[in-house]
Amino acid sequence: MAKVSLTVNRKLASVDIEPSTLLVELLREKLGLTGTHVGCDTSQCGACVVHVGGQSVKACTMLAIEAEGAEVVTVEGLAEGERLHPMQEAFRNEHGLQCGFCTPGMMMSAVDLLRHNPDPTEREVRAWLEGNICRCTGYQNIVKAVLACARAMRERAAAPPPASKGGRS
Amino acid sequence: MTAGGIGEPLLRKEDRRFLLGKGRYTDDLNLPHQAHAYVVRSPHASARVASIDASRALAMPGVLAVFTGADLAADQVGGLPCGWLIKSKDGSPMVEPPHPPLVTDRVRHVGDQVAVVVAETHAQAKAAARELEVEYETLPAVARLRDAVAPGAPAVWAEAPGNVCFDWELGDRAAVEAAFARAHRVVEIELVNNRLVPNAMEPRAAIGDYDAADDRYTLYTTSQNPHLIRLLMGAFVLKIPEHKLRVVAPDVGGGFGSKIFHYAEEAIVTWASRKLGRPVKWVAERTEAFVSDAHGRDHVTRARLALDKDGHFLALRVETLANLGAYLSTFATVTPTYLSAPLLGGPYTTEAVYAEVKGVFTHTVPVDAYRGAGRPEATYLLERLVDKAARETGIDRVELRRKNLIPSDAFPYQTPLAFTYDSGDYQATLELALRESEYASFEARRAEAAARGKLRGIGLSTYVEACGLAPSAVAGSLGCRAGLYDAASVRVHPTGSVTVYTGAHSHGQGHETTFAQIVAERLGVAPEAVEIVHGDTDKIPFGMGTYGSRSLAVCGSAIAKALDKIVAKSKKIAAHLLESDPGDLEFEAGAFRVAGTDRQKSFGEVAFAAYVPHNFPHESLEPGLDESAFYDPKNFTFPGGCHVAEVEIDPETGEVELARVTVADDVGRVINPVIVDGQIHGGLAQGIGQALCENCVYDDEGQLLSGSFMTYAMPRAADLPNFKVGLHVTHCTHNPLGVKGVGEIGSIGVPPAVMNAVLDALAPAGVTHLDMPATSERVWRALREARGQKGPTP
Repeated sequence: MAKVSLTVNRKLASVDIEPSTLLVELLREKLGLTGTHVGCDTSQCGACVVHVGGQSVKACTMLAIEAEGAEVVTVEGLAEGERLHPMQEAFRNEHGLQCGFCTPGMMMSAVDLLRHNPDPTEREVRAWLEGNICRCTGYQNIVKAVLACARAMRERAAAPPPASKGGRS
Repeated sequence: MTAGGIGEPLLRKEDRRFLLGKGRYTDDLNLPHQAHAYVVRSPHASARVASIDASRALAMPGVLAVFTGADLAADQVGGLPCGWLIKSKDGSPMVEPPHPPLVTDRVRHVGDQVAVVVAETHAQAKAAARELEVEYETLPAVARLRDAVAPGAPAVWAEAPGNVCFDWELGDRAAVEAAFARAHRVVEIELVNNRLVPNAMEPRAAIGDYDAADDRYTLYTTSQNPHLIRLLMGAFVLKIPEHKLRVVAPDVGGGFGSKIFHYAEEAIVTWASRKLGRPVKWVAERTEAFVSDAHGRDHVTRARLALDKDGHFLALRVETLANLGAYLSTFATVTPTYLSAPLLGGPYTTEAVYAEVKGVFTHTVPVDAYRGAGRPEATYLLERLVDKAARETGIDRVELRRKNLIPSDAFPYQTPLAFTYDSGDYQATLELALRESEYASFEARRAEAAARGKLRGIGLSTYVEACGLAPSAVAGSLGCRAGLYDAASVRVHPTGSVTVYTGAHSHGQGHETTFAQIVAERLGVAPEAVEIVHGDTDKIPFGMGTYGSRSLAVCGSAIAKALDKIVAKSKKIAAHLLESDPGDLEFEAGAFRVAGTDRQKSFGEVAFAAYVPHNFPHESLEPGLDESAFYDPKNFTFPGGCHVAEVEIDPETGEVELARVTVADDVGRVINPVIVDGQIHGGLAQGIGQALCENCVYDDEGQLLSGSFMTYAMPRAADLPNFKVGLHVTHCTHNPLGVKGVGEIGSIGVPPAVMNAVLDALAPAGVTHLDMPATSERVWRALREARGQKGPTP
């Protein structure tokens, strides 16, 4: 057994695990955060994407002990209390989900995209989501949701006075 | 229109839990004291199991038990049944081999269930499974259709000579032969409908939980139809009476047909739970899903179309080999037969059709219904053939279709193959698709692409499909071993909110929203005041589940029928409260009004009175407001339309870029337009996947070569364009909602449109034939061969 201590969704967690435990197993089985899903065993589908230290990571490709001391955010940590994250709002408004299974990983991946690129083109969104498979939606409304979220977040960032277009780097 | 009622683009009620990561899928459930099962699967396509030695596995840490087929047999556990009996031309029944949940002596496909290891944790069960010693004596295997029916092919089952399960026919052979005799021209085609792996994103999972206190079993499972699983597993496999078996299908992460069927693991965990006195959980890994979920399609077909001198279709003759895999899955036998061949008339006035289908056993995973189930195969064949006929006759392919489409004033239309299409307007959807796709200006785009060195092509398909399964009398007469009606229960609560119990199961389709809109429309209550309950046999009266685009047409109609009863009862209560006659009451916008007066009672007041019946005339009026209905459809429903695809091909690499997809569909009355669009998008993506990238391939030894997401090409976001979706609806004339179906039309209509576009692009280079999927390698080879060059052999 090994002990791993990390921050998950802004809360400290310290858990005894087998050293072979994957991060996704720690989240789902030890911490009960079942919003992060497992859709494959070859790191292809992206249903398990979470944020580790602010970067999107497939939680099936990482040992839990590698996350020692890290800040992990899962889909459960995306909303602020009752208030949905703009990405969650956008997925809802644009019908960006059907069965919901790929949705957490898809949103976590998309949130990371917007951190890197707050104003992506449709083509850039589609290229970024290469590592997330959805079988229900044909991706159209997912892409629409990500673009709508980007717009909403840019508007939100620009909203408090003084509104400045050149404020982003 | 009621707020949130029929036709409104209401946002989905179910989304919040999924967005917050609070969905409850089977693998998210963990029961106290739960053990974990790992299934040991055959690495061979065909072998005799000489011995199984579990001693080392049993000695591994945490292991509770190892079970084999002998253990199941000792408990008289039955085999997994096939739901549809098909008879051969000569009247003999199909060959129905045994299908035990764990094999006893022979394995018949890679992935066949050999044993199950149960341990305290999944990791322990998996580690112990590696220590299970199974001695196999390998035998010759056959995986591909043509090989399986060749003389001397290895036999999958001794009782099925030539590996033929059934040799079935439909249609008037003499009429077809007569028509061919007077034909001006005959066009012939041979096609492969490629084998697919459904790959819902949630892998299958099951938890069995035996409660000794009540002598009662609960199975949690990733199913599209929990009642059907209760019926099949309870009655045929484990012999548990219905009142002692509860099947729960919680949130399910996509199905597409692959989660209709009763699978071995469901029976194994349920049985093992009683054996061990603990809940037993099994979750498929993805590579395991590839060798244990039922696959789809896998047909080889030859067809001939007879035309008169003006290009009218006189007759069609079709011969199909359909791969069934090693065992008969639940709907394996009906999919290539009754779900496919009756549609070979398509949207056309073809006078006579004759189809022969041979169901063939191979040493592969069972093949069964996958999104569209038989209708994509029929449509693909027909639309490729029509395009070929256009090329050979020199008649423009749109003109040829216009000439042969069933006229919009000919409905109801009796086809030569048993179906009566109730409504449709194929000209309208064709013209809409042509307009929206800018078909008329395509040649300019082709020329522009050519200037850049690219080959651009456009293709279309006009289609009709049959869904909303199914009138029980028809299904029964064709060999179905169940009825295909559905059930609903509507419970109005004292404060006027409503709970609906439906036999449908939502695994992405948005029933919790669409069905609530039906209730809102009928009762005048807000959709937020309506809860839709599905997926639990203890809560829901009965139901056959969700597949074949039946949820709205059949289960939705059952809800409509139960709502009629609610309104009728409410009217009696309102009449009592208003001291009037029920016949004098009008019900509108959620209120009962005495016609021609302002005296009224709201639906909420009536609901309250139903449960607070202080002065009811009890001899004529029962308290309560709770009604159930069963609905058996009078006919199938027949969505139709036209799909147009436009591709651009790089002749240097063979790469196909899907530039545009435009569809015009008739889905019947629309309840929620946003959900309808989403269903069309998803179907299109799967249809495009079949046409351009997905292909399930076995080698000569029956090893699955495309056994993971590394080797099986799922469509990704960057592979697809935005789809342009248009609707031109005609209402279904025989169900109370006027609805048809939308879930499968994308995967039915679009594959031939894409392939016709690819062949249109390649035609100037001399390529005349290509099978799906049109991968860059296949296209590149076809181009080389057309130029008289040979590519390097792979």
